[in-house]
Amino acid sequence: MSEHITTETHAAHEVSYGTYVMVWLGLVALTAVTVTIAGIHLGSVTLVAALTIATIKTILVVTYFMHVKFDNRVIKVFIFVCLLIFITIMVLTFSDLSFR
Amino acid sequence: MVMEHAHPHVHRDDEGSKMGIWLFLFTEVLLFGGLFVLYAGYRFAYSDGFVAAAAEMNTFIGAVNTIILLTSSLSVALSIAALQKGQKRLCMNLLWFTIISGLAFLVNKYFEWSHEIGNGIYPKGPALENMSSGEVIYFGLYYTMTGLHGLHVIIGMIFIGFVLNFIKRDIITSTNFQKLENAGLYWHLVDLIWIFLFPLFYLVH
Repeated sequence: MSEHITTETHAAHEVSYGTYVMVWLGLVALTAVTVTIAGIHLGSVTLVAALTIATIKTILVVTYFMHVKFDNRVIKVFIFVCLLIFITIMVLTFSDLSFR
Repeated sequence: MVMEHAHPHVHRDDEGSKMGIWLFLFTEVLLFGGLFVLYAGYRFAYSDGFVAAAAEMNTFIGAVNTIILLTSSLSVALSIAALQKGQKRLCMNLLWFTIISGLAFLVNKYFEWSHEIGNGIYPKGPALENMSSGEVIYFGLYYTMTGLHGLHVIIGMIFIGFVLNFIKRDIITSTNFQKLENAGLYWHLVDLIWIFLFPLFYLVH
């Protein structure tokens, strides 16, 4: 008895084990860098460096681990809109705090 | 009519399922996003207090926990690749590894919190009397944000536990694994939130 299955094309893109391990190595290396930079006491540069590295790590996780790179356009637009809302909230908050 | 019973028409929509989990993840981003905005606002107003309070944090445990979560994210990602290749046993072992990593993260967090509570840092605790308001706000945000994050780690572990059971019973298979992907996406988000919590609470001194 064969079931008739309709599937909305599952883009079964296979990512190799090696790619994931390389991304992981990159993430661990960035963690080491951010801890090292924080240890040097660079003042305000520390925060900027830490957030920049955190953003790079996020891009790596979203692109490869969450395989958005291989997802269709709708998901990419989704993420872009969400990011835009979040950045808007942040920019408005900081402009409010800075010009009080 | 008899024909329809003999050949049930099963409709499956993996893309729709994936969109659903992403929409849910956005609500999570906005939940934590609100707290990050709160952090940013107070840090702006009390930067000295925040720097003084963050100096008491154990950067080593924080870094270890970061590596643990990054590794658990790797194992979830690998588990999907393993299932796609038909390696069910390996897939299940990788997911067990993820759950154990989550547990290790929580154990570290338990020791960290115990240490801080032991030092009198808790609501109306003795240590708060000698602290500036910036430091008090820092610890308030610290407990709230890492606590909420810890709750997400627990939920993620339960989510993966269900998925493990589905794989064992062949409900999730090498051609039908969207539930596993969704659990993975949730776990990666939990990892992402920690990627920001770690520098903001441990590395700002």
